[in-house]
Amino acid sequence: MSAVRIFVPRDAAALSVGADDVAKTIAHEAKLRGLDVTLVRNGSRGMLWLEPLVEIETARGRIGYGPVRAADVASLFDADLLDGKSHALCIGRVEDHDYFKRQQRLTFARVGVIDPLSLDDYRAHGGLVGLEKARVMTPTAIVEEIVASGLRGRGGAGFPAGIKWRTVLEAQGPQKFIVCNADEGDSGTFADRMLMEGDPFLLIEGMAIAGLATGATRGVIYIRSEYPHAIATMREAIAIARRADILNARFDIEIRVGAGAYVCGEETSLLESIEGKRGQVRAKPPLPAHKGLFGCPTVINNVLTLAAAPTILAEGGKAYAEHGMGRSRGTLPFQIAGNVKHGGLFEAPFGLTLRTMIEEIGGGTASGRPLRAVQVGGPLGAYFPESLLDTPLDYEAMAAKAGLLGHGGIVVFDDTVDMAHQARFAFDFCAIESCGKCTPCRIGSTRGVETIDKITQGQNVEANIALVKDLCTVLTDGSLCALGGLTPMPVMSALTHFPDDFRRNTLRAAAE
Amino acid sequence: MTLVSTQAFDAALVEEIARDEQAKALSFFGEACGLSAALLPILHRLQDTFGYVDDQSWPIIARVLNISQAEVRGTTSFYHDYRHAPAGRHVLKLCRAEACQSMGVEALVDHLRHHHRLNAGDTSADGGLTVENVYCLGNCALSPAALFDDRLVGRLDKARLDALVAEAAR
Ligand SMILES: Cc1cc2nc3c(=O)[nH]c(=O)nc-3n(C[C@H](O)[C@H](O)[C@H](O)COP(=O)(O)O)c2cc1C
Ligand code: SF4
Ligand code: FES
Repeated sequence: MSAVRIFVPRDAAALSVGADDVAKTIAHEAKLRGLDVTLVRNGSRGMLWLEPLVEIETARGRIGYGPVRAADVASLFDADLLDGKSHALCIGRVEDHDYFKRQQRLTFARVGVIDPLSLDDYRAHGGLVGLEKARVMTPTAIVEEIVASGLRGRGGAGFPAGIKWRTVLEAQGPQKFIVCNADEGDSGTFADRMLMEGDPFLLIEGMAIAGLATGATRGVIYIRSEYPHAIATMREAIAIARRADILNARFDIEIRVGAGAYVCGEETSLLESIEGKRGQVRAKPPLPAHKGLFGCPTVINNVLTLAAAPTILAEGGKAYAEHGMGRSRGTLPFQIAGNVKHGGLFEAPFGLTLRTMIEEIGGGTASGRPLRAVQVGGPLGAYFPESLLDTPLDYEAMAAKAGLLGHGGIVVFDDTVDMAHQARFAFDFCAIESCGKCTPCRIGSTRGVETIDKITQGQNVEANIALVKDLCTVLTDGSLCALGGLTPMPVMSALTHFPDDFRRNTLRAAAE
Repeated sequence: MTLVSTQAFDAALVEEIARDEQAKALSFFGEACGLSAALLPILHRLQDTFGYVDDQSWPIIARVLNISQAEVRGTTSFYHDYRHAPAGRHVLKLCRAEACQSMGVEALVDHLRHHHRLNAGDTSADGGLTVENVYCLGNCALSPAALFDDRLVGRLDKARLDALVAEAAR
């Protein structure tokens, strides 16, 4: 009988709740019992509340158990886990789980399924098909396939990827670059991290396709330093891809590690950072597509944008465009986070409502208390109250409600949240992370913190609220980039939807 | 588990690291490569080697890369990651961003302050632990989250926090 395959994720989130201990205990227990098992360290399926999620390969498919602690392992073996028999932690076939079944996994199709560092696994699950097709296409034909897919940048701004690639293809330069933005600084987001840890060859393939499409021969992945596991996995994957001649002198990739600056996720600041400078935002034009890294034409795209390219090439741009709604085509890996029962990664076409995402899929708050606010799109995104939960998750529909979709992170807060405190944090974060180039962002953010403090202390509340609103106008109008320009979004949404939180002192005084 | 390095400053080693990273940058970027392209990798390696970036490294790096000391200092001071003085033997980076706030990280910050007398930026009296703020570790579905050296911790609570503080004191 061949060895039974047992999967224990190596994803950082799984490790953060003890996956390594579980894997060690499984190996030890199997040895004690004289059982022949092969441990595979896969990525995460994205059902993060079930981590560590252990899976056993059986004739009936992969049976999952979770969340498993090291102390549970012996009882799993006693319940004959190798046959996939039920146990209190058994969730049945992972692919039949409701959370999983409701998704449409294009970009994350392999994540959690394969051994992330096995090129054989990658090929066996459809990997490299897109790149092989691209190799026999003209650059223009590749670019047009991306244009046809309707793919928009997944980093937040939603700019059409095909147009950007076309601009770089048409630009002249002795050297061109593909830069992958893996700075993923938004709170509530982890899709880039999960992809790099769970299917790193997909990103490599996507960048290689972008290289063929534009004539770039060098790629750089800029990964934030807060992601040591993703950095390690990507480094190993690049070394493997070089040995397999997928990366070579014609197209090669290097990793650059960030240094803890949120603003370096902004594309021009990121380029400055790779160049070894302070991460100060550049004025545009010139666009990076014309003068990017070291002044050369540069494609800069988010991890998920580049990782969508292999699927688009393999299946055709048209097939990709059939998913989604309005001008938001394809799927987005949403991330459900914060105070929510079933947090995780959920890839779906655009257009599901926030309510569906939080109540049905996320299972409501983790605390069991009523939901009060949801922040979508990271620290520069709006806070929505319960009454806006029926907003569909697509770029335009979120914008129509004075919010943004950003990188698809959804952070849930229960009724213990103090929205004046959240507005203060938005200003404080802007002050901490400002690159310093614009005065409203550098100085105004600190004024914002001070003014909110006065409001919460009950000093001239209405006048100070008016001052905060003025300050927001100045930030919106006088900022070079979205850090200063969009800090008003969380602040104003808190003021608009949760006015009482700024008047607690007055309300209390009135009641007395 | 990685301990923070406490190796003493060594000018020759700084120069060796700077030259090595510069050679790597040149070979990868080729002719397009700018003068300071190797700077962040150099600073990261210095911090990994010594636990912080010593001011005495600036002139050495500037000389190797052929840039001004002001540029080296300017870049070093821009980024939150680089420490200017040695840290404790372990570093706990506690996530203070929104998803972790929604799951009560501020109560853990208070606990560290009142129970362990540690604020962000502090190093414990025995030199065992430095506490730093960080904004998102990509573990927002299992928040509150922290990075203890290179170990990611999810669903942090007071008991687990106390255990980490005790581990650092050993
Ligand atoms: C303050 C700020 C932070 C940003 N952070 C990120 C980030 O972490 N990741 C990302 O992909 N884009 C980020 N962006 C957006 C980038 O500037 C840019 O739009 C993106 O990398 C383009 O790639 P895409 O078209 O594939 O989305 C940020 C923008 C701003 C203003
Ligand atoms: S808005 Fe802020 S972060 Fe953006 S360029 Fe201006 S100062 Fe820098
Ligand atoms: S907000 Fe704390 S890990 Fe993301």
